[in-house]
Amino acid sequence: MALTRDDVEKVSLLARLQLTDDELNSMTMHLSQIIQYVHQLDEINTEDVAPLAHTLDITNVLANDVVGECLSRDAALQNAPQRDEECFRVPAVL
Amino acid sequence: MSIISKSATQQREMMRTGELTSVELTTAYLEQIRSRESAVKAFVHLDEQQTLDAAQQIDTRRAAGEPLGDLAGIPVAVKDNLCCQGIPTTCASKFLSDFIPPYDATVIAKLKTADAVLIGRTNMDEFAMGSSTENSAIQVTNNPWDLQCIPGGSSGGSAACIAADFAPLALGSDTGGSIRQPAALCGIVGLKPSYGRVSRYGLVAFASSLDQIGPMTSNVEDAALLLQVLAGHDSHDSTSADVTVDSYVENVTQPLSNLTLGIVDEHYGDGLDIEIKSSIEEAIRVYESLGATIKHVEMPHASYGIATYYIIAPCEASSNLARFDGAHYGQRADTCMTDQQSTSEDALTRMYRSSRAAGFGDEVKRRIMLGTYALSEGYYDAFYLKALKVRRLIQQDYDNAFKDIDLLIGPVTARSAFKQGETIADPMAMYMEDLFTVTANLAGVAGISVPCGFTDAGLPIGMQLQSAPFQEDKLLRAAYMFQNATDWHQRRPKV
Repeated sequence: MALTRDDVEKVSLLARLQLTDDELNSMTMHLSQIIQYVHQLDEINTEDVAPLAHTLDITNVLANDVVGECLSRDAALQNAPQRDEECFRVPAVL
Repeated sequence: MSIISKSATQQREMMRTGELTSVELTTAYLEQIRSRESAVKAFVHLDEQQTLDAAQQIDTRRAAGEPLGDLAGIPVAVKDNLCCQGIPTTCASKFLSDFIPPYDATVIAKLKTADAVLIGRTNMDEFAMGSSTENSAIQVTNNPWDLQCIPGGSSGGSAACIAADFAPLALGSDTGGSIRQPAALCGIVGLKPSYGRVSRYGLVAFASSLDQIGPMTSNVEDAALLLQVLAGHDSHDSTSADVTVDSYVENVTQPLSNLTLGIVDEHYGDGLDIEIKSSIEEAIRVYESLGATIKHVEMPHASYGIATYYIIAPCEASSNLARFDGAHYGQRADTCMTDQQSTSEDALTRMYRSSRAAGFGDEVKRRIMLGTYALSEGYYDAFYLKALKVRRLIQQDYDNAFKDIDLLIGPVTARSAFKQGETIADPMAMYMEDLFTVTANLAGVAGISVPCGFTDAGLPIGMQLQSAPFQEDKLLRAAYMFQNATDWHQRRPKV
């Protein structure tokens, strides 16, 4: 199953990456190689195997609903590329 | 014998008895860094004055008779993907070149509580994605044993730092081998704890179900010393395990009796370098001479580790790295605020795409793309779900193996440190570096790399021991037995 340049361009939008023409070409080649390699998993019969997303048995942790320490607004905004008073500034959405 | 060639365990004792101060120790390391860092390039950030001030504070408190923590006055270098309040934390990415965390990672808070002296931030592959540290957007780190060679990765800066005697202790992170592989290639000790042993809170996430933070040191007892401080449950990380932490420091020098080691025959196939193969065989003979029993075990799915990993890790990465959007922190491409072009894309999407395009390097983009593709509609079952099922089979292989043996023994890497520029253009070849290490991350087991020899060209070779989850105590004790019977860990590069 070969990956086309069009496939890669579509995925780049899903991934929110702007790729140049050169990047689209090399990405198509490299991703195709990797996809071809990982298809070796098809050799394994996994019919009755349960997927394993996580190696630990994780149980739900409940915490009391009390106010704890948290970052100040200024600390939370300190790395903002652009800020506007109390908000992160972004291009107009609407 | 210079103070910097002693172990952290010895330095700690000397400070306790008043033979040594933290300022003297820290100054000795800073002098070593001054004379050799321009050749090695292990650090991406180092503030000498801040480091000395921290050492002075420890000495002042010690002189005043205050109780001090377990690493009091000992310098620790930290991989640049662990958040440290007020200190740049870049993940060696252009995207985070100006990022200053407003909080400490749990491991950083623990080092501070233990009164360690933080001595700089070490280079890495961007966002920990790579096996050579060549994917750093900041600089290439040189292997202290051969400056033309890579130090391994992604924790290559920390490994080079220990090998070059820039610090006695360092932190790395390991998602598919990123502690153990550079440790092997730089001739040091690197331990990837069991998944959940060390809190990941404040570690910039790469693949959350695989990432673990661990010690990188020049000997096994120092790895025990550092792990003792790092290990334990943390309410800030819901995946950190609430499992008793053993007394690693106290136990590490106690040999194990009736030790049974497992060998996986598939590890010794054609891909393994002949010099590495003979070093591992020699290491096995050392264990036999120490009374260990060797058994052959089957790991029928281990060879599928790379394929499984290179689906699961990129899938998790593509999701984790979605946070780097140019809105909340990191670099925003400066051309995206106005919506002058009439395109089908809105200005916000253009901001995301252009900021991420400008901020990420090739390998990071490749893994985000691969993960996004594998998780996209129509492909999820064929790739991600399939990989999760094989992951289960790999974990079962380990479960079965550990019924008959205490630890697995084998190589860390198939080859020794390679030349810079040699592999970087071939992603699949670079991925194969993780062949013997990824399965531990997929199954959540612990692994350690211990120096076990040198190639004819003078490059270090590491052997790997792996234990069942939360048996780091056994892992460290077995590693110490080998170290105690050999002198590989005492060799130093002549940079």
